[in-house]
Amino acid sequence: MKARIVLGVWISVVMLLAFSLPMVTEIRQWFELPVIPGLEQKARILFFHVPTAWLSTIAFIASMGYGIKYLKSRRHEDDIRSETAAAIGFLFCILATVTGAIWARFSWGTFWNWDPRQTSIFVLLLIYGAYFSLRSAVGDEEKRATLAAVYSIIAAVIMPFFMFIMPRVLASLHPQPVLNTEGTTAMNTTMLMLLLASFAGFTALSFWLWNIQVRIQRLEAHHRAISFGDQHRG
Amino acid sequence: MSECISMPSIDRSSAQWFTAAAAIFRKDWQSELRTRYAISALIMFVVSTIAIVIFAIGSESIPSDVLTGMLWVIIFFSSMSGLSRTFVAEEERGTVLTLQLLASPSVVLGGKLAFNFVLVLSLNIFAVALYSLLVSEFLIVTLSIFWITILLGSMGLAAAATIIAAIIAKANTKGTLFPVLSLPILLPLLVVVINATRLAGEGAPFEDAVREFQFLIAYIVVVVTVSQLLFDYIWTD
Repeated sequence: MKARIVLGVWISVVMLLAFSLPMVTEIRQWFELPVIPGLEQKARILFFHVPTAWLSTIAFIASMGYGIKYLKSRRHEDDIRSETAAAIGFLFCILATVTGAIWARFSWGTFWNWDPRQTSIFVLLLIYGAYFSLRSAVGDEEKRATLAAVYSIIAAVIMPFFMFIMPRVLASLHPQPVLNTEGTTAMNTTMLMLLLASFAGFTALSFWLWNIQVRIQRLEAHHRAISFGDQHRG
Repeated sequence: MSECISMPSIDRSSAQWFTAAAAIFRKDWQSELRTRYAISALIMFVVSTIAIVIFAIGSESIPSDVLTGMLWVIIFFSSMSGLSRTFVAEEERGTVLTLQLLASPSVVLGGKLAFNFVLVLSLNIFAVALYSLLVSEFLIVTLSIFWITILLGSMGLAAAATIIAAIIAKANTKGTLFPVLSLPILLPLLVVVINATRLAGEGAPFEDAVREFQFLIAYIVVVVTVSQLLFDYIWTD
């Protein structure tokens, strides 16, 4: 209960600051954010868009991790965790795509132009979509868990090929990611701190969502088992 | 569970593995010749998609890089119509248990992979022949790049399609699920083969496409390895 309130206040403050701190060309005060050429006020989407994109990938890796764990342990619990992580990743993936497209509308003049970044998030969406269509197409619980785990491992192994091939085929207009190879960033400390705070907030939020969903699923599985038993007792 | 993932060890058992996989391949080939389900589905699909492409082009003149891309669209969707057959047929005939008793999972996968490869390679050669006969603007300048792309592309297509076919054979809605699951896995392959075919059409020297070939070989190795590691989980109930 207390943690929930802290999380709510945390994200509200981060979002409030993200949209209210002034952006200036010459920084004099600690609370001022730098103007990034070409991005200006549109850079503020960073505090929302980047954490969602980050979480859509992390959740996918988590889903695969629990999938591998399921293949080893064969515990239904691990499948619940894997599926729930994928569901939350899918949600964040949609959020990242939509916020990215809105940003692209005002920065590039069009919602969608098959930039490598847009292509890779599109593929991630496709993988999530395929993962859930596979889950819905298998009736047997154990078979469903196994096939979903296997599919997510195959998809995760294929993903690095995109990172390698896409920049070779298409040039990107996407602003440099925070964790780029050169280690450069146009942000000042305040901006970076705020972004990290947003990362922390959204990660905690998704973990909380995941935790609730896992508990709901666990109760539902339990409930199914009980009502199944009742029916068979007559 | 772990002893089922029996990778063939070198020396004598390696030869045994190949003989067993070849037997699976021969079995699939014979049952295919008996019904000709996959072959006729693939041929009909290639013919009808090429016809649709030609109708869509009409009397327009289409740039050649669009035409090379179109060739891979035809190949992708045609393969989607026939390549899932190898595993789906086993489920439908109820012969899965027999195969599980007779051969190790890695042998079954090896045989099926070889069968799908031969199938998709002959399909591609047929599609290319028909496409270049009917679409006169489709011109390939560097033949070496083109044929290596067809060969490696067929291998990659067969590798990814075989493991996905094994997955969907266990699902309830087999037909529609196959392309849905395959597309995200095949997309990097398709991007690269389309790029390589474009290079072949533009008459680029062989060296220009070496990076593409390296990528394709890496893709095939990764997909086949992952399939061998995971196939046991899918195959044994």
